[in-house]
This record gives sequence, C-alpha cells and structure tokens, in this order.
Amino acid sequence: MSVLVLADIAASGVALATRQAVSAAQHWGAPIDLLVLGSTDVAAHTQIAGVRRVLHADAPQLAQPVAEDLARVLNGLADDYTVILAAHGSLARNALPRVAALRDVGMVSEAVALLGPHSYQRPIYAGNLLATVDNRPGLQVLTVRASRFEAAALNGHADCVAIAVPATEGRSRVTGHKTAAGERPELGNARVVVSGGRSLGSAERFHACLAPLADRLGAAIGATRAAVDSGYAPNEWQVGQTGTVVAPDLYIAVGLSGALQHTAGIKDSRVIVAINQDPEAPIMQLADYSLVADLFDAVPELVRHLQPEATA
Amino acid sequence: MRIIVSIKRVVDHNVQVRPRSDGSDIDTTGVRMVINPFDENALEEAVRLRERGIASEVVVVSFGDATVQESLRQAIALGANRAIWGQAPAALDQLAVAKLLRHVAQREEASLVMLGKQAIDEDAGQTAQMLAALLDWPQAVAVSELAIDGDTLHATREVDGGSESLEIRLPAVVSADLRLNAPRFVKLPDLMKAKRQTIEALDCTALGIDLSPRLQRARVETPPPRPAGQRVGSVTELIAKLRNEAQVIA
Repeated sequence: MSVLVLADIAASGVALATRQAVSAAQHWGAPIDLLVLGSTDVAAHTQIAGVRRVLHADAPQLAQPVAEDLARVLNGLADDYTVILAAHGSLARNALPRVAALRDVGMVSEAVALLGPHSYQRPIYAGNLLATVDNRPGLQVLTVRASRFEAAALNGHADCVAIAVPATEGRSRVTGHKTAAGERPELGNARVVVSGGRSLGSAERFHACLAPLADRLGAAIGATRAAVDSGYAPNEWQVGQTGTVVAPDLYIAVGLSGALQHTAGIKDSRVIVAINQDPEAPIMQLADYSLVADLFDAVPELVRHLQPEATA
Repeated sequence: MRIIVSIKRVVDHNVQVRPRSDGSDIDTTGVRMVINPFDENALEEAVRLRERGIASEVVVVSFGDATVQESLRQAIALGANRAIWGQAPAALDQLAVAKLLRHVAQREEASLVMLGKQAIDEDAGQTAQMLAALLDWPQAVAVSELAIDGDTLHATREVDGGSESLEIRLPAVVSADLRLNAPRFVKLPDLMKAKRQTIEALDCTALGIDLSPRLQRARVETPPPRPAGQRVGSVTELIAKLRNEAQVIA
C-alpha cells in the first residue's frame, strides 16, 4: 500500500500546494511517491520531506498537459497505489475525475479533513455546510484543500525515477496560455480581495472607488451578483456560490449587504472587513471588523492611510 | 450535429440550506429548486450554437424523481428541442450520472455533451471529466469561450492564474464556466408551450448500469461559526486593528 501525490506544475522550485499535499498524504501512514511532470525542477522535489520516490514523467505534452494525457499517465501508475491525491488546483480538477472513472471508483473533491482510510470531510453548498463522506474501500482518488495542511519541510532526499510516458493521442492540444492580465492577482488565489456591491451606484464609481484601494493592497477586485447584474462589474469578478469562492487572508466588503450566496463564498476568509452604512446588514454580523460609514468617505480615507505594499 | 445538455435540479442559491435535525442530509422540505446556474450557461451556449446553425438539435437530460420534469420544461422553454427525464433514485453520485450520460450520448449519437463545471450543491466538479473518460472523448472543462469550426472545437478555459486555449477534435465533452455567457430569461409564453411538449421517460434502473453510489454521505453539519466580530469607530482604528491585531496588512 502506498500513496501517489500529483505535484502541481511550478515555474521554479516546488509549489507550496505540493508540499501541503504531501503532508496530507502522510495521513495513510504509507510510503509516498510524487509524480512530477515535464521540465519541472525535479531535484527540488526530491527534497520534500516524507517522499520516498519522485516519479518524473518527462514528455513535451506534459509541460502543460491536457487531461487526456495526464489521466493516461496516472491510470498507468494506479495499479501500484491505494491512494491518488493532489491539491485541489486546476491540474488535478481536470485529470483526476478521469482517472477515477477509468478505475470505476468515486472521487472526493477538496477534502478539508481526512478522517479515516476512506472517510473525509468536505465543504458543500460553497462552504455553507460540511459533509462527511465515506468512499468505498479500494483505490482512493481525491483532491485536498491544500491550505488546510502544513507544508512538508524541504530537508528530504528522495530517489528519482524516470517513468515511461504513453504517446499523446492527439485529439486535443493546448494552443496557448494566458496569465491573468495586469498587475492584479487572480480572484481565486489572491491574498487580499476588495469587493463592492450595488451601493457603489455605477460602473464608473465602482472602479473609481475600489481600484485605488485594491492597488494599495495588491488586491484582487470582486463584486456581488447584484453589482454584476447591474453592470457595475464584469461577471468574472463575481464572488460567491454562483461565482468564485474565495478564501483570502483579508476580505474587504464595501457597500454590500451580504446576500446568502455571497457570504457562502467568503466564509473561509481569514479576516473579513465590512464597510457599510447599514449597521444591521448581514455582512456586518459576519465581519471580524465592521465600520459604519459612508463608503465614499471611508474608502478614500483608507487609501490615504495605507502605505503602498509590494505584491507577492 | 446533436448536442446533449445535462442539467441538475439544485436548491436555489438564495435559500439558506440547513442540515436535517439528525444530521443525515440536507433539509430540502419546501425549498425552492432551480436549474444549476452553471448548467444554464451550458444550455444557453448549446441553444446559441443551434441558433447559429452549427448544431441541429439540443437535447436536454436530467436525472432524478418526477420533479426534475419541471426543470426540463424550463429548459425546453429556454430553447432545448426535446427532453429526457432519467427516472433514477435520488442518491446518484457523479460516477453514476456520468455512466447514464454515456448511455444517452451514445444512444443519441451526440457530437457534444455540455454541462456546468460544477453543481452548486455538491461542488464536486467531476461529472464532465468522468463522462469524457468513459466515452474516451477529449474534454474542455470550465470553458469561458467556445467556437466550433467543422469538427474542431476551440475553447478557452479557466485555470489557476489565468486561462488556457484548447483545440479539440469532436466529439467532446464541455463544461461551462459562469463567464461563458449570460443566459436568457425564460418567457412565459414559451413556458406555456413547453408544458404541452412530451418528455421522454427513461427508466435508468433498467439499463443494466451499475448505479450504486461509490460515495455515501454519512453526515452533514453547519461549520463552526466565525468568532463574533467587533465594530470599529473610524478608519484609523480599522487600520490599527488590521495592522496590529489581525496582522493582515503591513
């Protein structure tokens, strides 16, 4: 019995999420192998503590793999493992369900706690509820919310093995990759998120009010469904159950009341700040720090007081 | 070209979901149900492809008890040509739905199956990928832009830190992101017309497909509440708290 962890693709070194996934994999008390793709820094991965072997699948099509190719690699390895695990990023979300289906087993998405050999806790309804899920015994396929696990140390020395990679079938290929535009971090991964609601009043005022604050904090900008529906913000900015679920260190909610589907999508933020004229708004109850104020006074004042901060 | 669109009936996102008192599942008594929003994006895109003459027919399918027929009628009112109600036990997991969809896709000789990137109740985000694997078709997951040119599908999909463009040879499975489009609203006359249309009933238990759930929900609970917050009196106080107490800003 052993555990296979799929490493995230890192531009250099080891992704934090990969170290966190390795530490989650310790749960089974079994040897851990790490699958590393393409031209990733293999040597760096051999230093992750707790890893027995690094399996290096090096082929051009795996630098930015389509799910079909990655699933074929994982399926070829699956006979040797009782657990296949990865951080809940887009790489694993794309490929692991395919592996589960090929193996005729269920898959657990975004486990936040590992309870038994095949029992897990995971959020449902955008984190409004927590479900305990029992998978059948046999091969376990899952992703974990990496931030819930301590990062494994970098003082190990695993062996490295190159593995054979099946040829791409060629019915699908990646033709391009675009990094999120501009200096702003991506909403789903940002350390700070500044969100606005309908109280901003117009697209111009939404931008004029929130952009300077986001610039100062190196934050992503989010919006409520109501603000998106009113045309104040593009729909890719929508935060909540029907948009993007976020869990930043700091979430600043400006001029938004805190509709259910919105608050469901921000509940896992470390610190929530709400600025609102209505002291009774639901967001004011949820927030760690709430300020009753006219946002058009308070936000510019915040901007003046904040020192420009370097983005991570 | 025929497109299958799979829709799931879910609890409306404006409803506060609660566990049953015994914690065994979610209490859905008297709760408003809607089409999963991401499935609406998938349906809208399929209907637009037909309106542009790229697809010839849009067939919508949903699995569950008799109530899913209401969602199917709504989908017809939104532009689907016909509907299949997969009569099935309520507790289907993602793998079971993928197996049923494979059956429908093969029977209908579909070139494209579209669905939402995830359902807002389970948040699993697995069904499209599982279906693609079972059919041995390529996939495009969390798609925000889509174009079809002959038997080639061009998709832009959302990935960590940006987006990725894919070129895929049909047949394929596509799951829709919110950004794909803004779904139209249903019109009352269309809904009235849809009420008269026949929905095909498909007995899912008679297909010889193993639908037994791999995943069992043992318990549902409310997450621990966030600790009570504090009211601050001014912007300077707020900044001081964020800096010194919460230590989230420099």
